[in-house]
Amino acid sequence: MAAEIKAPAYRVFPIAPAVQPGAMAETKSFVASDKIQEALGFPGQLVEDWHDRAIAKMGDLLEKYRSFKVFMDACVHCGACSDKCHYFIGSGDPKNMPVARQDLMRSVYRRHFTLPGKYFPKLVGARDLTREVLDEWYSYFYQCSECRRCSVFCPYGIDTAEITMAAREILDSVGYGQKYSNEIIGKVHKIGNNLGLPGPALADTLEGLEEDVKDACGVDVRFPLDVKGAEVLLVTPSADFFAEPHIDSLIGYGKVFHAAGISWTVSSMASEAGNFGMFIGNYEQLRKIALRVREAALELGVKRIVVGECGHAWRVAYSFWNTLTGIGAGADDPYAIQLQSQLDHSYKQPMHICELTWDLIERKVITLDPEANDKYVVTFHDSCNVARGSNMGDFFGGQFEIPRNIIKAAANHFVEMADGTTREQTFCCGGGGGLLTDDLLDLRIKGSLPRMEALQQVVDEHKVNFMACICAICKAQFTKVLPYYGFDRRVVGGVHQLVSNAIRLGDK
Amino acid sequence: MIMTIASIMFAGLFYLAAVLFAGGLAYRIRDYARTPAPLKIPTTPAPLTKGGVALRMAREVVFFESLFKSNLWTWGFGWLFHAGLALVLMRHLRYFIDPVWSWVAFIQPFGKYAGLVMLVGLCGLWARRFLVDRVRYISTPSDHLMLALLITIAASGLLMTFVSHTDVIGAKNFFRGLMHFGPQPLPGDVVLMLHLLMVAVLMIIFPVSKLLHAPGVFFSPSRNQADDSRDKRHLSAWAAQLEAKK
Repeated sequence: MAAEIKAPAYRVFPIAPAVQPGAMAETKSFVASDKIQEALGFPGQLVEDWHDRAIAKMGDLLEKYRSFKVFMDACVHCGACSDKCHYFIGSGDPKNMPVARQDLMRSVYRRHFTLPGKYFPKLVGARDLTREVLDEWYSYFYQCSECRRCSVFCPYGIDTAEITMAAREILDSVGYGQKYSNEIIGKVHKIGNNLGLPGPALADTLEGLEEDVKDACGVDVRFPLDVKGAEVLLVTPSADFFAEPHIDSLIGYGKVFHAAGISWTVSSMASEAGNFGMFIGNYEQLRKIALRVREAALELGVKRIVVGECGHAWRVAYSFWNTLTGIGAGADDPYAIQLQSQLDHSYKQPMHICELTWDLIERKVITLDPEANDKYVVTFHDSCNVARGSNMGDFFGGQFEIPRNIIKAAANHFVEMADGTTREQTFCCGGGGGLLTDDLLDLRIKGSLPRMEALQQVVDEHKVNFMACICAICKAQFTKVLPYYGFDRRVVGGVHQLVSNAIRLGDK
Repeated sequence: MIMTIASIMFAGLFYLAAVLFAGGLAYRIRDYARTPAPLKIPTTPAPLTKGGVALRMAREVVFFESLFKSNLWTWGFGWLFHAGLALVLMRHLRYFIDPVWSWVAFIQPFGKYAGLVMLVGLCGLWARRFLVDRVRYISTPSDHLMLALLITIAASGLLMTFVSHTDVIGAKNFFRGLMHFGPQPLPGDVVLMLHLLMVAVLMIIFPVSKLLHAPGVFFSPSRNQADDSRDKRHLSAWAAQLEAKK
C-alpha cells in the first residue's frame, strides 16, 4: 500500500516553493476501460497508430480553436504564471507550473507545426511525441483543474485550461481516456445524471425531502419532478439530491421558490447541471450533454431555466448554453428561436439561483432573518469557474457581489479571506476539472493548500466556522480534504444553506 | 562612392528580411483571423461591451495590466524594455523619412536615452532567467538567444549613439536607396553592420518565433471577447454545421 497521505505543511511565507522536479511524476489517475471509452465513441484502448492520429488530431484542433493556435504561439516564457497554480504551490513539481504544463504540448506543437521546431528542435525546446511524452501528457493534463487562475496573470491571456482540454481531447481520440470523467459522462447519457441516480430513486428522494422539511419546519415545501407547465426548470448538480452538505442548499432553493410562490420543477431527463464534456474538451459531448436541458425545457414548456449551485455547470450554462443549445437570448436562427420564443425574457436566460434569490431579496418578495445564522462566522470561497468563466446580474463583477450580498442578508457575521485568494484571483478548491476522484487524493490535498492557508488565517483571526461556496465540486472536495488540515468537515456549506436557515416561510 | 560587396549583400539581406517579415506576419495574422473561436471564453470579470473590450486590450498592450498583477519585477523590466523599444523605433523613423517629421525630431533626445532604458530592461529580464529557479526551468536555448540578439542590437546601437559615432547620413542614404529601389552604398562600419545584421535576423525570425506574442495578444479570445454570451448567440461555422445535421 502507498504511504499514508498527509497534508503539506503551511508555508511560513506565502511565496512560491522551490522547484522539485518529478515530485508528481508518479501521480496518474486511473485510465478508462474499453467499455467506458467505447460508450462515448472513443477507441477502447490505445490505438496502434496513436502517434499519427494524435498529431492529426492536434492539427484538427489547431484549425478549429483560435485559442489553442494563438496560445501555442504567443507564450514568451516570461514566468508570470509560474507561481500561480495551486497544484504547483502544493507540490513544487515544476511541470505543474502553467507554462511548463503548456510546454508539454507546445514542445510537440513546435516539432510538428513550426519551421524552427522541424529544423532546430533542441534550440526551441521541441520534442517528438514519444510514448513517454504521451504518458506525461496523461499524467500532468489530469493534474490541471482548468480553473483559469493562470490566465488572469498571463500578459496574453493564455489559458492553460484550453490546452488541457485540447490534450484530453487528443488523448481520448487515441484511446487513452480517464476513467473518472468518461465514466461519469457515460452515466449522464445512460441515466440522466453524473451520480447515476435513476428517475424512480430521484422521485423517492425528493418525496423524502418534502417530509424531512415538513418535520423540520412544519411547512409544506414542495420538491416537484417533471411537472409540465411549471414556470421554472431547475437544473442542479445531482449531488444536491443526496450528498452532504449539498442537500441543504437544495432545501434552500425549494424554500426560496416556496416563499416567493414560484412554480418550479426538476427534470428526470436533465437531472444534472454538471457537464463533464467541458472537462475533456470534447465539443460534441459538451453539446450533447447540454442538449438534454434544451429537450427537457421544450418538453416541460417552462418559461425560465435556473441553475443551482455548481461552478463549472454555471460556466457552461452562462457562457456556452446559448451557443450550444440556444438557451439564452438574441438569436436569429430558427433552431434557437424555437426555444427562445418559449422563454420569458423579462428574466435572464439561463439564470443562476443566486441571481434569482438576490432579486427576490432586493424586491422584498422574500425576507431573511440573519439572526438565524448567528452561530456562524461566514467567509466565502469564490469557485473558479464562476469567478473566471462566468458572471451574474448585468454588471461587471456580479459573480462576486451577488453571492456575497445574499450571505450578508442571511448572516450577520461575514469576513473576507486575504486579498489575492478571492474574487478573480481565487484559488481552486483542488478538486475541479475532472480530478474529484480518490485515485488523485494526494494531488487534491496538495492542491487545496493555498485555500486552506487562507481559511486558517480567518479562522485564527476571526473565528470563522463556515466557508460558504456555490459549487458541488468545491463542497465535495472540501468535505474530503478539510480533515487532513485539521478542520471539521462541516465548515463547508452552500450559500443557500444559509438562506435555508434564515428564510421566513409565511403561508404564501 | 562605389557599391562594395558588403553593401550589395546587406541590400539583398534587407529586401529578403522585409519580405519574410511582412509576408510571414501577414500570413500569421490571416491565419489567426480565419481560425474560429467556437466558444465564449473571456477571462471574467470581462467588459460587457465591445468598447470595454477595446479599453481592456489597450490597458493590456500599453500598460501590461495582467503582468502587473502577476509580478512587479517581470512587469518592471518588461515594460521598460518595451517602452524603450517603442521610443527607439519611433526615433529611427528619421533614417527612413525625409524631411524628418517634427515629432520625430522632437523625441530625438528622449529616443537616444530610451536605448539605455531598453538595455536595462533586457538585462533584468535575462537575469531572471538565471536567478529565479522557476524561470530558469522553463527557459530554452532560444529564450536566451533571443535576449542575446536584442541586447546585441541595443548595445551596438548605443555604441554608435554615445561612443563611436557612425556615418548616419550614409546609413540613411542606404535605407532611402532601398526604399526607392536604387541601392546606395552602406558605410563600412563594423558596429553598424553588426547592428543591421542582427536587426535583419530579428525580422526574419519574427513570424516563426515567440515574437508572435505581439500580434497574438490581439487575437487572444480570453482578452478580446465581450461578456455578452447570454444576450447574443455566438456560433462558429463548424459548430453551426452540427446543428444542421440534426
